[in-house]
Amino acid sequence: MKRIKTIQTRDLHKSITEGGCGECQTSCQSACKTSVANQKCEKSL
Amino acid sequence: MIHQYKLNGYNIVLDVNSGSVHCVDDVAYDIIQLFCEAKDHGEPEDRVAVKEKILAKYSGRDDVTPEDIDQTMADIDELEQQKKLFSEDIWEPSAGVLKERHTEVKAFCLHVAHTCNLNCEYCFASQGRFHGDRAIMSLETAKQAIDWLVANSGDHYNLEVDFFGGEPLMNWDVVKQTVAYARTLEKDHHKHFRFTLTTNGVGINDEVIDFTNKEMNNVVLSLDGRKEVHDRLRKFIDGRGSYDEIVPKFQKLVKARGDKEYYIRGTFTHNNVDFTEDLFQMAELGFDRLSIEPVVCSPDEPYALTEEDLPEIYHQYEILANWLMEREKAGKPVVFYHYMLDLEGGPCIYKRISGCGSGTEYYAVTPWGDLFPCHQFVGDEQFKMGDIWNGITRQDIKDDFKMCNVYAREECRDCWARLYCSGGCAANAFHGTGDIKGVFDYSCKIFRKRMECAVMIQVAKALGDLEPQAEQQR
Repeated sequence: MKRIKTIQTRDLHKSITEGGCGECQTSCQSACKTSVANQKCEKSL
Repeated sequence: MIHQYKLNGYNIVLDVNSGSVHCVDDVAYDIIQLFCEAKDHGEPEDRVAVKEKILAKYSGRDDVTPEDIDQTMADIDELEQQKKLFSEDIWEPSAGVLKERHTEVKAFCLHVAHTCNLNCEYCFASQGRFHGDRAIMSLETAKQAIDWLVANSGDHYNLEVDFFGGEPLMNWDVVKQTVAYARTLEKDHHKHFRFTLTTNGVGINDEVIDFTNKEMNNVVLSLDGRKEVHDRLRKFIDGRGSYDEIVPKFQKLVKARGDKEYYIRGTFTHNNVDFTEDLFQMAELGFDRLSIEPVVCSPDEPYALTEEDLPEIYHQYEILANWLMEREKAGKPVVFYHYMLDLEGGPCIYKRISGCGSGTEYYAVTPWGDLFPCHQFVGDEQFKMGDIWNGITRQDIKDDFKMCNVYAREECRDCWARLYCSGGCAANAFHGTGDIKGVFDYSCKIFRKRMECAVMIQVAKALGDLEPQAEQQR
């Protein structure tokens, strides 16, 4: 596509079947403790 | 839903419901905007009119021809068919079901000390006491907490415990013995503990450094940046600033830590809205994993952030984004927690809808063993959910938090950032509006700005613009 570049992102529709394991880190434990975007999926680590 | 914005020379189009991110040129940006306007009015886009508008706007450009515009529209159609543009919100009807997926416990914030050796003015824990009596958690209580976590964690393998306070180093022996006890349970119960320590640094010594760097997956070190900023609010009981005492200790701990995770974590207030200067100072001190948060406090406090501060806060986040990109290009990358976005390996839809898990899979445990939805609710008795001996006795509170998903808030339905923030922080909402399902608009505005910057950095990275050689080639 000449005028549009699509950046590779996780397919949220696919994640219905491949996600939901619950093994990822609880977001509030990671750094800020006061204020999920910054989390990684455990399977991608 | 589409969100479009221009930042730092990048035209970015976010397809909210699919999570897709597109970087487009001015022509495609304008066409998508015109398509959005038609869809917002519930009408099909008038493609002839769109073409005329684009040709008129770009009349001085040879590359913008009727055929070219047709091709761009065809590209947009193709992305729509791939559900990467103008995709429907299919999540709302099943939001409750998605959140039901896991409600076993997997994380504790263990308040091992409700006391502190500092007297920070802005501390939401009120000098570590959480508006109650000073207290230290006994080893017996800590072990019972670990037992309860294991017993109620279902098939979760990874369990997390953050040693918190107050100041956890004021109960250091219990911290060490709790870690040792938890390790003895891992094999038989098929669990893996990930420990975190949040500390003001005063109690750090060589023994603390050795143990922490061996056992703690993450360490959160409280430092506000510039000496005068830090010392203004982070003081000892006798009024002395703590900067000179803690900085060398943090440097020693981080140097010995190697590649293991840590964050230097600051707080910015109305006194230092120019908070990027504090982040620059942290980097000057040799730290490369940084986080700085807006203060959480009553609006009556003299250091509370104000509506008038917002334009400067936005500006600061842009300065920060540019600085991080320059550091990356120079081969000296710095991690800023809120810009750490993994577009390919980020959270699944379950996580994005259910949020942080407070009150359902994440609890705070007081020194007495009481359970609260998270550390920011500790001390507010109406949120006491039970204790580690009798379990959850207030199922109604748990049910409330279970329903606290991104679709529980009317305002979130129209927000482009909802699947990045998951509806935000229940504690912020409660303290800002009196309702855990409320929307604390100030936090939302800051969050959206951070997300725009974070996505922009990831777009630049994906396009190869942050490679060290990219700078040299220009």
